[in-house]
Amino acid sequence: MAKQSNLQKVLQQGYFAVTAEVGPPRCADFAPLKEKAEMLRDYVDAINITDNQTAIVRLSSQSCCGELVRMGIDPVFQMTCRDRNRIALQSDILGAAAQGAINMLCLSGDHQTFGSEPNSKNVFDMDSIQLIDVLAGMTRGVFAGGDRMEAPLAAFIGAAVNPFADPLELRVSRLRKKVKVGAQFVQTQCVYDLDRFARFMEMVRKEGLDGKVHILAGITPLKSAKAARYMRDKVAGITVPEDLIKRMEAAADPKEEGIRICLETIRQLQEIKGVAGIHLMAIAWEEAVPEIVRQAGLYPRPVAEG
Amino acid sequence: MITGNRKPLTQIFEMIKFYERILIVGCGTCVTVCMSGGLKEAEETAAAIRLQRQQEGRPVRVAARVVERQCEPEFLESLDAELENYEVVLSLACGIGVQCYNLWRPNKLTLPGLDTVGAGYPVKQGLWYEACLSCGDCMLAHTGGICPIARCAKSLQNGPCGGSVKGKCEVTKVTTVPEGHDCAWQLIYDRLTALGKLELLDEVRPPKNWSKAHHGGPRKLEREDMQIG
Repeated sequence: MAKQSNLQKVLQQGYFAVTAEVGPPRCADFAPLKEKAEMLRDYVDAINITDNQTAIVRLSSQSCCGELVRMGIDPVFQMTCRDRNRIALQSDILGAAAQGAINMLCLSGDHQTFGSEPNSKNVFDMDSIQLIDVLAGMTRGVFAGGDRMEAPLAAFIGAAVNPFADPLELRVSRLRKKVKVGAQFVQTQCVYDLDRFARFMEMVRKEGLDGKVHILAGITPLKSAKAARYMRDKVAGITVPEDLIKRMEAAADPKEEGIRICLETIRQLQEIKGVAGIHLMAIAWEEAVPEIVRQAGLYPRPVAEG
Repeated sequence: MITGNRKPLTQIFEMIKFYERILIVGCGTCVTVCMSGGLKEAEETAAAIRLQRQQEGRPVRVAARVVERQCEPEFLESLDAELENYEVVLSLACGIGVQCYNLWRPNKLTLPGLDTVGAGYPVKQGLWYEACLSCGDCMLAHTGGICPIARCAKSLQNGPCGGSVKGKCEVTKVTTVPEGHDCAWQLIYDRLTALGKLELLDEVRPPKNWSKAHHGGPRKLEREDMQIG
C-alpha cells in the first residue's frame, strides 16, 4: 500500500479533522515558519503551506513543506496553476514528495494582478481540475505527457471548493469533476454564510459526493469589524452576512467576538452531514488557532493508527 | 477585428525625436473602425507633432495618409511615390501592419504608433472585447460559443474559479474595462442553460495541447494547393 499521510489516516479513520494554514515568510529563512508551525503542531492534523497566496512572492511552498516534514509535521503542499506549467508543476510535485510531503492541494491561484508582481505573465497551462488529473496519473506512475515514471507517487490529492462563488450549481459541478478525476479531500473557502453552505452541502449529499471525498470546511476567525468588512468587500468569492458584521461592530472585544463566532460556526458545521473536518485559515492570527481548537473541544488531536 | 490604442503622444514624440520628415500612415480597416489608427487619428497625430515641434522650435515635415490595409502588399503602392520624401514612417496599423511595412518597404524604417490590444468584437459604441487568442485548437463547441481561453482571466477550461461573483470576474477591480469583466464561465453557464446543454459542463476537458498555439513556436499557415511554382 502507498504511504499515507497523517491527515489521510485521520480522515479515513473517521475522525473530525482539523487543518490550519500557514503562509511562508517573505525571506529566505525558515525561522518564522517554524515558529508558527511549532505553535500549531499539537492542535492540527496537518498544516497547509500556501503557494505565493494572493500572488505575493514568498518562500516556496515546496521547500517549506520539506521543512515541516523534517519537524515531524504533516504538510499540505498547496500549488497553483498560475506560476508553473505542467513541467514545473510535476517537477515540484516530485520535489515535495521526495521530501516527504503526501498531501497535495491543487488550486487555480489568485490572479497575479492582485499581488506583488502585477506586471508578471501568468501561466495557466492547466487548470486545477487538469492538475488533479495529472497528479492522479502520477500516483498510477504516469507523467502528464504519457511517459512512465521510474516509480509511482504516493499522494493524498486535495482540491479547493468555493460554495460562495457564483453560480452555485457550477460549484457542485466543479466538485463533481474534481472527484471524478481523483480528488480525495477538499478544503472550502471560509464559511460565514452558513445558510448558503448548508444549501451547497445538501446538493453535494444529493449526488452522494460526500461519500466520495472528505470535505473540510474553511474557517477564518474575524479579528475586527474592519477585517469583516474587508472580507466582504475586497476578497473575491467570500460572503459575510450583515448580522456578523453588526456583531463585530457592536462587540466590546472584537477579537473575543470573532472567536465566539468561529466556535459557533464550527459547532454548526459539525451538525452538517458530510462535513469531515475544518480548515482554519487564521490569516496573520495563527496564535488564535490553539484556543479555537481547544474551545471547540477538538483537542487533543487523534493519534491515527497505521 | 484587430483592436488597438494609439500610443501616448509622449511616447511617439520620444520615438521620432531625431526625425524631421515623418509620414504617418493609418490603416483603413480594423483600427479605423475602433477609431485609433485611421486617417482621422493619423491627422490628429500629425497636428500634435507639428505643435510639439513648434513649441520646441524645431522644424518638422509631417503628413498623414491612410492605406486600405497595411497587411496586403498591393495597398502600400499608393504611397510609394511620396514615401521617398520622408525619413521615417509612423504606422498607426496593428503590429502586423507595422511589420509588413518594414518587410515590404525595407528601405524605410517604420515605427509603431499604436499598441495592438487583440482580436475582438464591438460590444457597444466605443467598447470592444478581446475574444480570440488564436490558440489553434478551437473549443467553442464545448462552451456555447463563448471562449474561456480569451475571456477568462485564467484561461480555465473546466469551469469558473472561486473568484466569480454575481457574474463578474475577480480581476474586475483592477481592470480598465469600465463596468468590469463579465465572468466568461457565468456567460457560458447562462448560454448553455438557455440552449438546454448544461451537460456539456460535466465533460472534463483534459490538459490543452498548447503546441498548436504560439507556444509550439511561431506558426505559419501553408496551403500548398494555393502555391504557384
